Amino acid sequence: MRHQHKQECNELLGSISEYVDGSLHEELCRELEHHLSECEDCRVVVNTMKKTIELYQTDAPKDGLPVDVRQRLYKTLHLDDLLHTTH
Amino acid sequence: MMTDETQTEISVEALKAGDRAEFARLVDLASAPIYRLGLKMLGNPQDAEDVLQNTFLKALQSLGNFEGRSSPLTWLYRIAINEALMLIRRQKPQVEIAEEPQDEESNLPTPVQLTDWCCLPESDFLTTESKRALDAAILKLPEKLRVVFLLRDIEGMSIQETSEALGLTETAVKTRLLRARLNLREQLSSYFTERLIEEREK
Repeated sequence: MRHQHKQECNELLGSISEYVDGSLHEELCRELEHHLSECEDCRVVVNTMKKTIELYQTDAPKDGLPVDVRQRLYKTLHLDDLLHTTH
Repeated sequence: MMTDETQTEISVEALKAGDRAEFARLVDLASAPIYRLGLKMLGNPQDAEDVLQNTFLKALQSLGNFEGRSSPLTWLYRIAINEALMLIRRQKPQVEIAEEPQDEESNLPTPVQLTDWCCLPESDFLTTESKRALDAAILKLPEKLRVVFLLRDIEGMSIQETSEALGLTETAVKTRLLRARLNLREQLSSYFTERLIEEREK
């Protein structure tokens, strides 16, 4: 599994995060995509990085604050009297 | 997620004038994301609650100095991140002996794990154990990388918003984000490659 990355792979490694975000400069993007078409290892790195980010994004619950935590926070801030008037 | 719509709703003037109802609105707007950030930064609800309470107490104290150049939400994030980092340092003061060069693109760690595990069945990603592995991996990130990843990839802030909240240049944010993602990719690859082997042995 351990693999000796070629120099080109290492040079392009700095671009993959922006590539995954779709914010990579056009010229660099073409260069990277050309490299990806020839380099299986870098394709795996890009794919698994995308998947990693995706997993964290779908795993992140956008929950509200637990009710008891909110109550204690209001108390600490001496805002108890406003606890029921705000949403 | 920060949106312009919710930010314009909070009046900095009212906050500074001591309008308690306006402060309560700010609390309700910002407390959930700050609590989530604390949970992921510190890994337990008690510490997350401490960070949350201290953030708003500090905010009340320093409201007079708030110039409103950034949005109230970004300002609160900044306070919260400092609180979280302080708590981490108190808990394990032995870390940060050597400052790693994290803001440069040179010497990026060469990827080691080169198995494509994306083809695993979706159900394998959703198990309690997998979710635990995701959380554990975040906690293993160096704090400076962890906070960038949380703001950008979990809270969905832009590079610019993240740089404002952390007082870093955008270039530094991008490099730390790259390092964080590479690090997490390695960790998740180790974990899911094992699942892949198990899957094939079935």
